Amino acid sequence: MTRERALNALLLLGVPLFALWAVVVEQPFMITLATKVAILALAGTGLNLALGHGGLVSLGHAAFFGIGGYAMGILASHAQSYTPLLDGALTIPGTTFMPIIWLVAMLASGLAALAIGALSLRTSGVYFIMITLAFGQMFYYFAISWPAYGGEDGLSIYVRNRFPGMNTLDPIQFFAIAWTWLVVVLLFSASLARSPFGLALNAARQSPLRARTVGIRVYRLQLTVFVLSGMITGLAGALYADLNRFVSPSMLSWQTSGEIMVFVILGGVARWCGPLAGALLFILLEQVLGPISEFWHVFLGIILLLIVLFAPGGVLGLVAGRERVRV
Amino acid sequence: MSNALIAEQVLNGLQSGVVLFLMAAGLTLVFGVMGLINLAHGSLFMVGAFAAAATAAATGSFLLGLVAALAAAAAAGALMEVVILRRLYQRDHLDQVLATFALILVFSEGVRWTFGSFPLFLDVPEALSGTLVLPGGIAYSRYRLTLIAIGLLVALGLYLLVAHTRLGVRVRAGEDDREMIAALGVNIDRLYTAVFAIGAALAGLAGALVGAIQSVQVGMGEPVLILAFVVIVIGGIGSIRGAFIGALLVGLTDTLGRLFLPELFALFMDGPAAASAGSALASMSIYLLMVAVLVVRPSGLFGSRT
Repeated sequence: MTRERALNALLLLGVPLFALWAVVVEQPFMITLATKVAILALAGTGLNLALGHGGLVSLGHAAFFGIGGYAMGILASHAQSYTPLLDGALTIPGTTFMPIIWLVAMLASGLAALAIGALSLRTSGVYFIMITLAFGQMFYYFAISWPAYGGEDGLSIYVRNRFPGMNTLDPIQFFAIAWTWLVVVLLFSASLARSPFGLALNAARQSPLRARTVGIRVYRLQLTVFVLSGMITGLAGALYADLNRFVSPSMLSWQTSGEIMVFVILGGVARWCGPLAGALLFILLEQVLGPISEFWHVFLGIILLLIVLFAPGGVLGLVAGRERVRV
Repeated sequence: MSNALIAEQVLNGLQSGVVLFLMAAGLTLVFGVMGLINLAHGSLFMVGAFAAAATAAATGSFLLGLVAALAAAAAAGALMEVVILRRLYQRDHLDQVLATFALILVFSEGVRWTFGSFPLFLDVPEALSGTLVLPGGIAYSRYRLTLIAIGLLVALGLYLLVAHTRLGVRVRAGEDDREMIAALGVNIDRLYTAVFAIGAALAGLAGALVGAIQSVQVGMGEPVLILAFVVIVIGGIGSIRGAFIGALLVGLTDTLGRLFLPELFALFMDGPAAASAGSALASMSIYLLMVAVLVVRPSGLFGSRT
């Protein structure tokens, strides 16, 4: 068993065990923290597909995270106020049914990723970073200036949405939902990396020219992974908004994009459980440093700098060295 | 809509374009010469604004504030380059993004730690307050006119610097082939620090000038930074001329979009709906401009490579 494999097992078993321990000692706040880790890791896993496997440095993933969040907020607020979402020839009601919300969140963020990706992938390198950042900001300003759904104040919902057979307001049951999604998506990303699609993507990242020469359609491949990546991050956004029962433009802000990227890089780019390790470390730092100083972001910044300068493989890279799990 | 209002908005657009140019010029210079994407450029804008506000409050002199802004931003930029960014030139863009994102956290929270969370205010100097009546009977703020003039002068100065001085020759040579100019005896480390300090000083100047119009607060730099990215995407990376044209286009599109789009929507929608749809679309107008440029010229109006 390699060290990274051991660490992955520790992470995948440790977080649910921690949540169960929190149930036993009756610390609902701890369960919420574990849920937050799961959801942020899910958002990071989405970005990791584009960033790690596709080599697409997107600084605009907050757009998908926020669109997922707003999909939840808009559907649920219409359902809770009994006003139809669309009233005309076709009446579409809102809903508080989680599976439909997830589907809508993924579709909406996937469509946004298709549009943003189709335009941004016309360029590469540093242009791509700037353009995705700019598009993210566009959605942010749009959410602020569009008054129908709360504008700058955001949108709250009264109760968490429902899932058949579960009490979603019970912290551990909601944790189970979020954790299940994370595991499903992790398994999906592992099988994707091993598939012909993943191998072609890897080739395209290492040398677009060589990949093109052997007949790989790089643009289409990268666009596909960008859309998948956006959909997963959008799903995470819907869950995150459900966790907080609140969505606001701050989910769409550039800081959110930066933080999602931090999860990925803190853990280790293109490593299977990298985003989970990164999200866990981020929440730990927040909980440990937050009470010490109001300005804990200074220390976070310094830690990040040290990692970039001296440990480019992230935390998993630090532990596992250059070896890598063959997923 | 009166002509005076339109003229005023055109001048406002020029003014915000000029500020964007000061930001974008530094970014594009640093990218062109060192190949570095610097997200912390917005922090230098903020450093300039805070230095100006603090100095002007202590001495009562706006001019001293401007000098302090230039000095503080240039010093912060040079320090940043020597201590951290120098190690990142050979790394990929991802490392640069993360490191400069980390620098934003350090700068923002560091400034909040020092100055507190409340915004500072920088007053417009006495001599430049009030309005000036332009030909055609348009009254316009003296300070904003001065700001436009300073921006145009800086653009001219930057052009002369890059096109006609020894430093400019080295900068352009450095863009093309760093090994070659190092072999010819140019101290490349010192050149890079100088270029970075110049870019930083421009950002600091922009921050100080804008600081007298809006409040000086933590986080003021990043929205401007992202707009400067839009400018660079439109103008083409590494091109100062592109940055200039792009900045004016973005500034004008933004202000005129906010003026005309709600009016345009009012032609076929009723009042409040037109106002909200118009303002929502206006908030997106510069990004749509960026999309249009991307579709026609993916490497920007004056960019040479993709």
